[in-house]
Amino acid sequence: MSLLLVALGLCAIASLLGALLPAPARVTSSSVLVLAASCCAAASSVSALRGAHVTSVHSTALLPLTGMTMTLDPLGAVFVAITAMVAAAVSIYNLGYVTGALGSRSASCLLPVFVLSLLAVPVAASVATLMFFWELMAMSSMLLIAVEHRHRAEARDATLWYGTMTQLGAGSILLGLLVLTIHGGGQSFASIAAHAGALPRVARSTAFLLVLLGFASKAGAVPLHAWLPKAHPEAPTPVSALMSGAMVATGVYGILRVGGDLLGGGTLWWWVAVAAIGVVSALFGALHATASSDLKGLLAYSTIDVVGLVLVGVGAAGALSVTGRRGAAELTMVAALLLLVAHAAFKGALFLGAGAVDRAAGTRDLNLLGGLARRLPVTSGLFALATLTIVAVPTLAGFSGEWLLLQGLLHGFGGTSTPTLITLLIGVVALALSGGLTAVAFVKAFGIGFLGQARSAGASRAVEVPRAMQLATGLLCVPCVLLGVAPGLIVPWLSRAANEGLHLRARRPVAEGTSLVLSRFQGAFEPLLVLAALAAALAAIWIVTSLAARRGRRRVAAWGCGREAQTPRMQYTATSFGEPLQRVFVDVLRPDVDLEVTHETESKYYEQALAYENRVEDAVERSVYRPVIAGFRRYGDAVRGLQNGSIHRYLAFGFIALLVVLVVLA
Amino acid sequence: MIAVATSPIAYRVAASLLQVAVVLVLGPLLLGLMSKTRARAEGRRGAPVVQPLRDLRKLMGKERLRSEHTSLVFVVAPFVVLATTVVAIAIAPLITTHPALGTSADVLVVVFLLLTASVALALAGLDAGTAFGGMGSSRSMTIGALAEPALLVAVIALSVQASTSNLPDIVAGTLAHPAWSSSPTRLLALVALMIVVIAETGRLPIDNPDTHLELTMIHEAMILEYSGPDLALVTLGAAARLGLLFALVANLFFPWGIGSQGSYLGLALGVAALVAKMCLIAVGVAVMEVHTAKVRLFRVPELLAGGFVLAVLAVVTGLVTR
Repeated sequence: MSLLLVALGLCAIASLLGALLPAPARVTSSSVLVLAASCCAAASSVSALRGAHVTSVHSTALLPLTGMTMTLDPLGAVFVAITAMVAAAVSIYNLGYVTGALGSRSASCLLPVFVLSLLAVPVAASVATLMFFWELMAMSSMLLIAVEHRHRAEARDATLWYGTMTQLGAGSILLGLLVLTIHGGGQSFASIAAHAGALPRVARSTAFLLVLLGFASKAGAVPLHAWLPKAHPEAPTPVSALMSGAMVATGVYGILRVGGDLLGGGTLWWWVAVAAIGVVSALFGALHATASSDLKGLLAYSTIDVVGLVLVGVGAAGALSVTGRRGAAELTMVAALLLLVAHAAFKGALFLGAGAVDRAAGTRDLNLLGGLARRLPVTSGLFALATLTIVAVPTLAGFSGEWLLLQGLLHGFGGTSTPTLITLLIGVVALALSGGLTAVAFVKAFGIGFLGQARSAGASRAVEVPRAMQLATGLLCVPCVLLGVAPGLIVPWLSRAANEGLHLRARRPVAEGTSLVLSRFQGAFEPLLVLAALAAALAAIWIVTSLAARRGRRRVAAWGCGREAQTPRMQYTATSFGEPLQRVFVDVLRPDVDLEVTHETESKYYEQALAYENRVEDAVERSVYRPVIAGFRRYGDAVRGLQNGSIHRYLAFGFIALLVVLVVLA
Repeated sequence: MIAVATSPIAYRVAASLLQVAVVLVLGPLLLGLMSKTRARAEGRRGAPVVQPLRDLRKLMGKERLRSEHTSLVFVVAPFVVLATTVVAIAIAPLITTHPALGTSADVLVVVFLLLTASVALALAGLDAGTAFGGMGSSRSMTIGALAEPALLVAVIALSVQASTSNLPDIVAGTLAHPAWSSSPTRLLALVALMIVVIAETGRLPIDNPDTHLELTMIHEAMILEYSGPDLALVTLGAAARLGLLFALVANLFFPWGIGSQGSYLGLALGVAALVAKMCLIAVGVAVMEVHTAKVRLFRVPELLAGGFVLAVLAVVTGLVTR
């Protein structure tokens, strides 16, 4: 705990230095301090995950009126570790990345504040502390999205969307937590947990629903996700990585902390609702990722997909725990946490890689990229590794998480109630479908973005990014491999956190050893052996082929149906790659397709030019958010009619209001 | 009956190697058998059954031509395709219920190893920077995105019945409870799995392996830039995938004859049973192909969605009846 306080202090100093020092020194010094803070935070979270004792501090000086209470327990420590991992990589990345607006005083000051709040939210142990850091997190990230507002109108739009939604969410969370404190003794989490049992059922459910609305919106769960695909792509890359890897996870943390820990599990339908949101998010996110042609937009939608799967795990775990199937509940919960840790690593790496592409080629539109694999070998290699991880290639981290999740869902099937059974079944279906769709999205991201011929001048002139950026991306690739080959290294820790989150009180971790051999169920996956088998097979095939091949290799022009040259425009683009799937799911994606044909003047049977446009808008945004916004606009216009600036009119309003009050009172 | 007591590890490794050898040889032969069957049914003589093997041999003697735009992905992909398929074959219960690494032979592992192969090939298709490669990749990933979930869910229907998702354990469970084979879950899952297998192996009515017509080809378009030994590896990988999927269908639903006692004689019997079952399935698929026309590309998802729904129904009936 004391190390974590040191980390928070280092972040605060980094923020001060960022605000005070001159331009070249401020980025370096604040980055180095944030890196040191991440290391301290990582160390403190590891010690909290290893030891059973929970430490806590209370200070009345830091926050007026209520004081500040912080407790580092295993559940919170998992999320501190996630933030520390991403923040460490981001701070190294910054050394190479920062130019222009991101090097400004405000940005260098705010980034450490954002990291500080991300580290503090999971350890906050009272309503006031949590809301303080939650708002600090919201404010700092919102301002960071707006850093490039001068050059890009989209950044302003994204800031507005994010700000509105995060404030509505925070309001909802505050209301929910207040409902809990009204009946309880005080605002500290310990007293809320102690009094939760005495609360009437309606109050508990109301509180959970309100809190769920806020936290699910932060986690990017459909239909409260509308801000995410706007904010993540528009934010500067280090901020995108932190938001997608760490901030989104705090939403999951909140649901677990309040629903599982403070309210002690609650009722079945809460968790069925969480899982249902998760299923919808997973499928919606995966589908939109296949349709997106903006590299960072694709990653943002895939965040919605993975967090959806995590929520499926959380919901299923909660439902299983409520129905008394503790073993399966723990397994599913550990799976969800493992998936979340893996997501922070691979999505962080992917966002950092996408930022490198944006820097090198000057665009992140997949339809203008291509051919980067040969121009940016290191960045491409790391991006490919992260891609394979998210596609869940066996022996990489994404697969470990998904395998455990499937095991949890399958082993939960035995002897549970019908609602739980349906939840698990739909979870399995979502897992399977999103797996297939994710593969399409990321074959597109890597295949169109990095392979083939360059589709624009920027892409054809791309040069490799600074070493610091490569190093940072590589750093996040380490857990991708490590958690795939030896997931057992952290499974006992996650087991402890899961027990803490759902009050399960299991004595042994769900799996033993470095591989995944389930201790309470029949099921095993030994990634190291499978990896060895893959390596042996590759070596054998290579030896046999090189012995059997009787002639050499030669580079030639690609076959072009007899044409002389293959131009880059003849390749499939991101839009055309996703088009067949878009056709299959036309009812969900509802694309706007415009085809404009200009005919030759001599004959209309010959075409001069074709203009084809294919836009996929977010269906939820179009059918839910736009009407609401339009409604507010109309209301505003109507109200403006009353306000014409004339004093007489305002006096008349006052007089009428007074009359009405008098009549009503009489 | 001479049951030789053996050290388990030696037996397992021998069984796995034998499985790989059998499927790698039998895969191309099944392709030959299928085209022979089709030719006979259509009144032609057709190429000999060993023709695919001869083609592979011929390809090994050719030059490797690579497009000037390709990167490392194009070079590595054929090896990855074959290696992932070979590992999936080695750990699956094909001639024995105790293959090497059998404890890790989970449904998800096998399906995602196959998915890895598809992803590698799709990336290679995009790497050459041509129109055909992209077209093939896009179509094959679209079909794979719908077929692989259905494959997973169909096998999960069986694992609900057996209370484990480990493939050797499912097969062993089916051997111990013959009544499972005629349960409604199994029948639904079998139909779903057959639809998926036909999609995954690129057979009619989803993809026509004999065509090079640009409007219809899927797999062939994706691998158009490959030549020589690389093409041999990719083709062998596709044949091995077909062999593996046929063998899985055979053993998950009709496991009789598979070796389970740990005796080498059992392995020999297992090979014989596997070969017989796979040939039967291949002839059945070929006869069906003679009588069906290729479905339009954009009607394929409907067929796969049907397969997916059947697979989900199989899981539901499995849950209800257990």
